[in-house]
Amino acid sequence: MTDSGIGSVSREQLSAIYRSAYRIHRNDERFRSLLSQGKLAVAYYPVRGQEVLSASMMHALRPSDYLVTTYRGLHDHLAKGIPLKELWAEFAGRATGTCKGKGGPMHITHPESGVMVTTGIVGSGLPIANGLALASQMRGEDRVTVVSFGDGASNIGAFHEALNMASLWKLPVIFLCQNNQYAEHTAYAVGTAAPSIAARGPGYGMHTIACDGNDAREMFAAARTAVEHARSGKGPTLIEAKTFRMLAHIFGSDFSYVPKEMLAAAEDTDPIPRLRKLLVELQMSEAELRGAEQAIEAEIDAAVEFALTSPFPDLAELRVDVLEAEITA
Amino acid sequence: MSGEKINIANALNRALDEMMGADPSVFLLGEDVADEQGGGVFKVSKGLSAKYGKSRVRSTPISEQAIIGAAVGSAIVGMRPVAEIMLMNFVTVAMDQIVNHAAKLRFMSGGQTNVPLVIRTTTGAGVGFGGQHSDMLEAWFAHVAGLKIVTPSNPADAQGLLAAAIEDNDPVIFIENIVSYGITGEAPPRGHRVPLGKARTARPGKDITIVTYGRPVADALAVAEKLSAQGVEIEVIDLRTIAPFDEEAVLTSVARTGRAVVVHEAIKAYGCGAEVSSRIHEELFGQLKAPVKRIGSKYAPVPFSRPLEQAFLYNQAEIEAACRATIV
Repeated sequence: MTDSGIGSVSREQLSAIYRSAYRIHRNDERFRSLLSQGKLAVAYYPVRGQEVLSASMMHALRPSDYLVTTYRGLHDHLAKGIPLKELWAEFAGRATGTCKGKGGPMHITHPESGVMVTTGIVGSGLPIANGLALASQMRGEDRVTVVSFGDGASNIGAFHEALNMASLWKLPVIFLCQNNQYAEHTAYAVGTAAPSIAARGPGYGMHTIACDGNDAREMFAAARTAVEHARSGKGPTLIEAKTFRMLAHIFGSDFSYVPKEMLAAAEDTDPIPRLRKLLVELQMSEAELRGAEQAIEAEIDAAVEFALTSPFPDLAELRVDVLEAEITA
Repeated sequence: MSGEKINIANALNRALDEMMGADPSVFLLGEDVADEQGGGVFKVSKGLSAKYGKSRVRSTPISEQAIIGAAVGSAIVGMRPVAEIMLMNFVTVAMDQIVNHAAKLRFMSGGQTNVPLVIRTTTGAGVGFGGQHSDMLEAWFAHVAGLKIVTPSNPADAQGLLAAAIEDNDPVIFIENIVSYGITGEAPPRGHRVPLGKARTARPGKDITIVTYGRPVADALAVAEKLSAQGVEIEVIDLRTIAPFDEEAVLTSVARTGRAVVVHEAIKAYGCGAEVSSRIHEELFGQLKAPVKRIGSKYAPVPFSRPLEQAFLYNQAEIEAACRATIV
């Protein structure tokens, strides 16, 4: 972490980040639980371990700011403000979902909360984020675009094309690399020659910040710095936020390739209890914390109920939204 | 009509100028499109950066994924980008953005977003560019739900189709042909539009229907003139929009003539002509006087050496022979 400002992160901000992170955590757990019970059968990419990172980043944004994220996106979707019921309904493929059940978890869009694209193609979101930022820049808006991706995405060509163009055009975009140390099933060092993702930023003349994404204060300070940089017209930032993917790439897949010591170390520094402990140290009462945590359970119960009792899309939807005019053939 | 003669390159420039003048959300991006870099390698965007500024006529790095990605991202929030991919073969390095994103975001978002972008690109065999600068790849895009594919055969259509493509709310692949840029015709007025999805009867006839698009339209008309002198009247349908194509126009014509020849510059095997031919057979089998014939280029990479390149390309003699074969 090279930028200052950690000390100025307030208790109120940390408290809001904790509520957001805990809400992500419980939704992620509930989702895996429903998959285990067979109540849902979809490809799911858990976000366990990356909750605080996303909650901190999105807390630095306005609802009108744009977000592009990936198939491992539940944390980003929730932190950016997609209503829980619509998100759950989309995950369940129902007509009441954000995308009428036509996108699914890998393709969530919700413009009202600024979530413009969720892509299932690694690295593809970066060039699209440039386009969103370009539109804002050309219109003279002070909107900022954040694009989330993993360490694996830094090895695909789109990453390099996008960073070069964003830097060249001083686009108001933040490239948020959530370095969770695994590209699918491949460990960082096996697939990436650069010592860090942040090391790639200066090659594009880009403002770059490396931080501990699992530390709410560091992460929020980095996010705030990058957002101010973009909003004031200074251009893009590459943030490398270190985190750890505490579960398998995809729910149910093998995870034995992660060394036991590495996993134990990650559990010891689990960002959720870590932030909770910090809040207690900052004199937030146990009752207040529990109250916030319990409120989330009822909200999830209602969203799951809504999703599982909602209708599936009408089959006529197959002909709608392919092109502007309904398909008749 | 003013009586002013323009060529296809001029017509495209006029459409871009008209649309940029009318709508501030229209902008151009692509390699070398601004005047400082030449106004496009075929000069289609010449003069536009001087008129509208370099913010709206953006020369880009050689980064096709970034070009199309920027176009997709800006389009879903209401801009109307016209992205130029200098040569059609270069779409290969941007296929993810076109196929997985531009084509599908409307559907996958449940209609919350749409992608009103135009991708202008050019290609064409016969000018010695060899295997990686000459392919006609429209069939790839036609096979992806969510894309519209357009190509003009004359200046008036070039102007009207490009303007309509920019106004369209779906992603449009606009294919130009290097060999056809110099084709001249009368300049249409400002505001001229050719609706997407509508074919044009380039020549009426009662005996045989030739269904084609782009560069071979001129070849089909030449063959039609020749056979007319021998008493065979050929109707030439210029699809103008390759996908989704105007089935009604094609089927109505073939129902009347009972004979059809489908012609395109792309390699015949697996080409768009196969779909057109198949639809005719499916709908009009009992009324056909002969099986539908297809003409396209040969199954080979576009060769460099001129005699080989000419042998690769479809030609008028083949179109004529196919027409005659439907009569026997």
